[in-house]
Amino acid sequence: MVHVDDPHNSKRHSGRHFKTYFLILLVVIFSPLGNVLLSTGMKEVGPMTFHTASEFFGVFAQVFTSAAIWLGIASLFAYFISYMLVLSWADYSYVQPATAMGYVIVALLGHFVLHETVTPLRWIGISLIFLGVLVVGHTPPRTTEHS
Amino acid sequence: MLKEFVLLFLIVFAGTGGELCVTRAMKKIGEVKDFRPAALLRTIIRVLGVGWMWLGVALMAVAFFSLLGMLSLENVSFVVPVTALNYVAGALGGKFFLGERVMGRRWAGVALVCIGVTCVFFSRR
Repeated sequence: MVHVDDPHNSKRHSGRHFKTYFLILLVVIFSPLGNVLLSTGMKEVGPMTFHTASEFFGVFAQVFTSAAIWLGIASLFAYFISYMLVLSWADYSYVQPATAMGYVIVALLGHFVLHETVTPLRWIGISLIFLGVLVVGHTPPRTTEHS
Repeated sequence: MLKEFVLLFLIVFAGTGGELCVTRAMKKIGEVKDFRPAALLRTIIRVLGVGWMWLGVALMAVAFFSLLGMLSLENVSFVVPVTALNYVAGALGGKFFLGERVMGRRWAGVALVCIGVTCVFFSRR
């Protein structure tokens, strides 16, 4: 259950919870999508090496002419805007772990879309991260009063 | 391996530092209640006037390029979970920098995340 600090205002609180969950959903979709797109782009570019200035600018040019990178950036931008909005009322230490749901999705995408090898130990690790997220999700979204 | 550690360090610390600054800026703006495009645009313009936002964005840019570097070296199913170390930095930062009351339950969640990240780290090829 959610603890409501302000009992006479429970309707406003439930509206706030809906708003919070909806924005977190957007965060959870756009963040892994962005990371997978960036990963696709960077795998095309190859390992980043910066031994010389020309090498650096070569990599830079390759990175910013990749369609996958730009799509990734667009997706992460959408994530960032949703994230910023939700942070205007919810605690950072509440929102940040909630967004970790994206870490599970990213592993699934990595495995099924990018055909990465995800070992059992890695799945265990990711499950523990997910479990941590659920535990954190059961705490109230705001612990500080108006700053 | 050293390269990966340096990049991970930058992703976690610049990333979390950036997010903490952005949170501070957003709390200064106050709760966003109007989600119509024009109102959102006004909010974004107001946010750009807050110094913490610029510092936050700069730090997040550093974290972003470090993430690109890391993704060029490792699989995304490795990179993204290990960056969940943000949770530790985030809970500490929320408590000490933003004055949030981080409760026992949140700490337990953060601890689980930490153990998970450790597993993922050791699952590296």
